[in-house]
Parts: sequence; C-alpha cells; structure tokens
Amino acid sequence: MTISFSRLIGLLLLCLLLGFAFLLPLIHHGDPLEQDLLQMLHAPSGANLLGFDHLGRDMLPRLSAALRLSLGLAALCVMSALLAGVLAGVFSALYGGWLDRLLSMLGDMCLALPGLLLVLLLAAIAPDSPGMLWLGISLVLWVEFFRVTRATLRPIVQAPGMQASKLLGFSAFYRFRRHLWPALAPVLTTLTLFSFSSAIMAVSALGFISVGVRPPTPELGLMMTELLPFAWEAPWLLMQPVIALFLLLISLNLLMKEERK
Amino acid sequence: MMFKLLGWRVAQAAFVVLAVGLLTWFLVQSLPGDMAWRIASGRYGYDRVDASAVARVQQELSDSLQQGSALLHWLFDLLQFNFGRSLVSGEPVMDELRWQLSQTLALAGSSLFLTILFTLPLGIWAGCHANGKLDRALFWLSALLKSVPHFALGMLLIVLLALQLDWLPSAGHGELRHFLLPSLTLALSLTAVGVRVVREATYQVVNSGYYRWGAQKGLAPATLLRRHGLRNLASPVLTWFGMQFVWLVEGVVVVETLFAWPGIGHALVHAIFARDVPVIQASAMTLGLLFVLLNMLVDAGCHLLDPRGARA
Repeated sequence: MTISFSRLIGLLLLCLLLGFAFLLPLIHHGDPLEQDLLQMLHAPSGANLLGFDHLGRDMLPRLSAALRLSLGLAALCVMSALLAGVLAGVFSALYGGWLDRLLSMLGDMCLALPGLLLVLLLAAIAPDSPGMLWLGISLVLWVEFFRVTRATLRPIVQAPGMQASKLLGFSAFYRFRRHLWPALAPVLTTLTLFSFSSAIMAVSALGFISVGVRPPTPELGLMMTELLPFAWEAPWLLMQPVIALFLLLISLNLLMKEERK
Repeated sequence: MMFKLLGWRVAQAAFVVLAVGLLTWFLVQSLPGDMAWRIASGRYGYDRVDASAVARVQQELSDSLQQGSALLHWLFDLLQFNFGRSLVSGEPVMDELRWQLSQTLALAGSSLFLTILFTLPLGIWAGCHANGKLDRALFWLSALLKSVPHFALGMLLIVLLALQLDWLPSAGHGELRHFLLPSLTLALSLTAVGVRVVREATYQVVNSGYYRWGAQKGLAPATLLRRHGLRNLASPVLTWFGMQFVWLVEGVVVVETLFAWPGIGHALVHAIFARDVPVIQASAMTLGLLFVLLNMLVDAGCHLLDPRGARA
C-alpha cells in the first residue's frame, strides 16, 4: 500500500504528539501541578524547555498532561460513539421496521439541539465531571456513525449476494464479516478521523469557556484562558497550547485528506 | 416535498423544547442544596454569602419547585415562553432575552455578511481560474486555517491586532469598531471551509455542458457568469451555508464568551455558572429554535432557487 506525502507527514506528526503525551512521563518526572512561585513566567531555558506559567508550574509536563487528556477523552468519546453508532446502524439496516424508525428518531432528537448546546446543558447538570463531557460528546457523535452505517449497508442488505448467503445458512457473524464489513470499513476510517478532530475541538472549546474540566487540571483550552492575561508579558506561554492544538488538528486533517478521494 | 421538509422542521422544533425542558428539569431535580449556595453567591457576591441568604434562596426555590413540580406543567410553561424571572438578577427573563437576542443576531449577521464578502468573490474567481496561483494559494491557506479552532483564532487576533499593533479594541460594545474583531473571528473560520465549497460549486458549473455552450455562442464572460453561472452555483452554496448554522450557533457561544459580547451565548455560559435555571432554559431554547428557524428559511430559499427539488 502506497502512502501519500501529506498523509505521511500527518502520521508522523500524530505519532510525535502521541509520544510527547504518553512517553514523556516515563523520562521526565516533573509534576504538572507543582507550583514554584519564584519561577513565575520564567522564559524557556536549557533546563526547562518550555518555561514556567503564571503560577510557576513547569510547562513541559503540563502540556504533556493536557495532550494526554485531550487525546484520551477524545479517543474514549469516539470509541463509544463508533460502537453505539455502528451497532445501531447495522441493526437498523438488517431488521428495518419499527426498530429502524425508533433509532432514527433517537438520532434526530440528539441532533435537534446544536451539539455544543447539548453538552453545555449536560455540563450544567453535573459540573466538574469529565463523565458528562464524555456523555455529551458521544451523544452528538454517534448519530453521524449511525446514519452513515445505515445508509451504506441498506443497499447491501437487499443485494442478492447477502440473500444467497442467508439462504445457504451462513451465520450472522459470517455474513457481517463477509458482506457488510468490507463496504463499511473505508467509510468508517474517514468518519472516525473526522469525529476525533471534532471531539478534540469540543473538549478544548468547553475548557476555553470554563465549562469543561476545571482548574488546576491541565487542558489545552483551559490553559489558553489562564494564560491569555499574560499574553503581553509572556507571549511564548500562550502560544504553546495554541501550537499544540494546531499541530494535533492539522495532523488529523492531513491524514483525512487522502482518504477523501 | 416542501410539506415533508416543513413537517420535519416542526418536529425538530418540538424536540428542541422537549430536550431543553427535560434537561433543565433534571438539572433542578439533581442538586437543590448546592444550587441555593450558587444562586446566593451569584446575587450577593462570593464573599458576602451567609446562611440566612442561602436559606432565603432555598425558600424561594422550594416555592417555585412546588408550583412547577409537575413535569407537564413545566413543559407547558416553556411552550408559552413563560420563563419567569432570573434567579440572580430578579428581572423578567424575557426582557433581558430580547436585548441579548438582538445583540447575538447583530454579531451573527455581521459575521455572515463578512463571510459572504470573503468567500463569494474569492471562491468564484478560484473556480473560474482552476489551478491558477490564487486557487492554489487559497487551497493551502484554507487547509491551514481549518486547523485553527475559532477560539484560538480569536485569541490570536486579539494578541496580534489589539495588543501588539493596537489597531482595534479587544473587548467592548456599542460602536461599530467593536464588531470587527468578534465577527472577523467567526467569519475567518467560516471562510476557511466556505471558500472551498464556493470554488467547487463554481468549478462544477463552469465545466458543465450548458456553460461551455454559452461560451460557444459568444457570450462575454461577465454575461455568461451572470446569466448561466450564479444561479446554478447558488444552490449548493446556500445548502452549505444552511449547514453552517449549527456551527455558527456553537461559535457564537464561544466567541461571545471570549469577547465579553452581551449576547445569548454569553448569558447562557454565565447562567450555567450561576445555575440560573430560567435563564439557561430561555437562552438554550432560543438558540435551539433560532437554529431550526434559520434552517427552515434555507430550505425555502433552496426551493425558490431550484424548484426541481433538493439534490444535495
């Protein structure tokens, strides 16, 4: 399988960020929450590569922890949305009838409110809980998986190949693997990447308006809000979470681009 | 076709009311004790809250809960737009809402206007001159801009234009120049994708049979674009703009918070901090219904532009 140039760059960038998020704690033993007020707004130096923030916390482990949170929470949301959406889509395409209508209505209900509003309202019910963020973002994301799965599988379920397979007495699992999955897999890859980037955006947007995770937890959007007042004294600090988020999103966009065609 | 679409939008509006009603209902049921503290501190300031103030708030809350304790009653009130008074300021919610709605609409409208101003000329030019210099430059620019979330973009604009260059005010409200930064933030984010959409639509039209036949007849390029191009490319572009309303509603919430713009999104976020249930209900429901209404208008607009029925 050949891989295009832009996709290669995207993959490399993503691996680099994953390594920074998950491997850094193994070699660097800084605490993302430990304060040292004497080091306040200290510029980056050889010993501390990214400098210190307004409370004297080391930015290197903080940024790594923030990326870990963004990637982890987004991955969790996307995985649960993928599982729920694909399962619902497969059942809906296979059995049709009232089950199909019920699931479609559930999906429409979840999208009646713009996604962020739903998450905001859920966050209002139980503040300070990542669980609600997870629930809200997954509730928004699963609908797209459901709709795409259902639309892709519907013509295949009616096709003669599938019916022959059923008449020959092959098991449901075999039929899924042999007939449905090959059609579904390529569509799902793009959609997963797209959902992943929207989940990351949603998590940081909520952190940014201080509705998502609460301080002192390091989170990319929240760090931007915290560091914005110091944009004049220490612009390099504000740029760090912005650049991290930018790199993360552009790596996903680059990976997606080739898939689209 | 038209009636089916209309029926679906009405059902969607009903879902909005139901969702907001149910969620805020759970909100009120979930944490009454904590809520009284939060509301009291919202009213009197965090340092001046004492037990008697909290007890008073608790009394008010239990009164209003008893009045509206039946879920049906609760939803019925919502349907009549009867939100009551804000728990923090004590003012009727509808009065504040009307003013905030006008502010939000002004912001959303001006950013939509800027988006159209950017996307249409650039996209049409790039589509007519595919693979030219501008087309390729726009491709990379939009790919880069797409990866910057709107709040980060807004912040960068503040740092660059307000702090470093001191050209525009970073916050404030009332004068025309206060509109510029928030609406520019929203418009740039929308333009990043929009310019590609307009370009693709133009490209499709310009390379179609009827368009080349028009050129064959000897029509001048300007006449050709006006007579055969614009209306045909308008249909997919309008559909795309319609789909962006979700994004615009979400963006307005974030950007209003960033620039302290006195609109509905700002009110919603602050009401969530203060657990001001009537304001949460009112602002969430207004934003949701606004979204449905705008979508309905776009459906109608697409129908007028291309009566053959929705193809997108």
